[in-house]
Amino acid sequence: MHYIKAFLTFWYDFIVGDDWTIAASIAAAIAVTLWLVQSNIDAWWLLPAVAILTLGFSLWRGAQAE
Amino acid sequence: MNGMFPIVATFLAASIEGTEMIAILLGVGVTRGWRSTLLGAAAGFAVLAGLTFAFGTALLSIPIERLRLIVGGLLLILGLQWLRKALLRIARPHPRRKTAAHRTLETESPAKTDWYAFVVAFKGVLLEGLEIAFVVVTFGAEANQLGVAAAGAIAALLVVSAIALLVRGWLLRIPREWLRFTVGLVLAAFGMFWAAEGALVRWPGGELAILGLLGIMTATAFGYLALLRQTTI
Repeated sequence: MHYIKAFLTFWYDFIVGDDWTIAASIAAAIAVTLWLVQSNIDAWWLLPAVAILTLGFSLWRGAQAE
Repeated sequence: MNGMFPIVATFLAASIEGTEMIAILLGVGVTRGWRSTLLGAAAGFAVLAGLTFAFGTALLSIPIERLRLIVGGLLLILGLQWLRKALLRIARPHPRRKTAAHRTLETESPAKTDWYAFVVAFKGVLLEGLEIAFVVVTFGAEANQLGVAAAGAIAALLVVSAIALLVRGWLLRIPREWLRFTVGLVLAAFGMFWAAEGALVRWPGGELAILGLLGIMTATAFGYLALLRQTTI
């Protein structure tokens, strides 16, 4: 039980980290990119745009929290 | 010339993939400690060797796109988290953190396994290693010279590793938070590239798009740093 808990905690910390909004928005952006590509739209610009906006939002949240 | 083709082609292709692999290993090793990073890399190579042995030329049937999507997505999330932490600490150094932020990472090597470093190194080696193996199998099988093609890939990895060893000493002199900042940028850029490639996006400029992503993320990070510093004063 201890090892399962430690394993799950590790992956939670690894993926979610200090701010869950980063993981959530990147996962959503990847899902939308997949959907756009399947709709024949070469959405190479989506992930960089979301990464830039997410980083800014997360920094703003972090600065507010300090 | 025909005999030279597989070795030259795999050397060039493996140099590019090898550089990506070593960039991640170097970044994680210098930031989190070498022991766990090398263990993760060794585990990655072991799984890679097992897959190559088990599948042989059928290796090409492994769904690399899905692997790219998952590994790329995780690296992008990780890179952004590192960037966030580094930017907040650089912009607003806490009195207790002030000395730590300017400390280099040489002493930061824990005795027990750092699973964080292990997993990142493992994924980096497995994904890039698989791509190199695909190149070897593709060029080698086509020319019926698998051994020669593999030699080209091994030579490329040795050259890239030697260059990384030369750069490592210089990296250790960079203050901790700036190193975290740099590694965050590298992980985010590679992660973005792989995740989008895994979603079957075609990047303008192919592999060169990584340099563009690095440039964009660097400019963005410095822009955010300036904003954070302004709001701090």
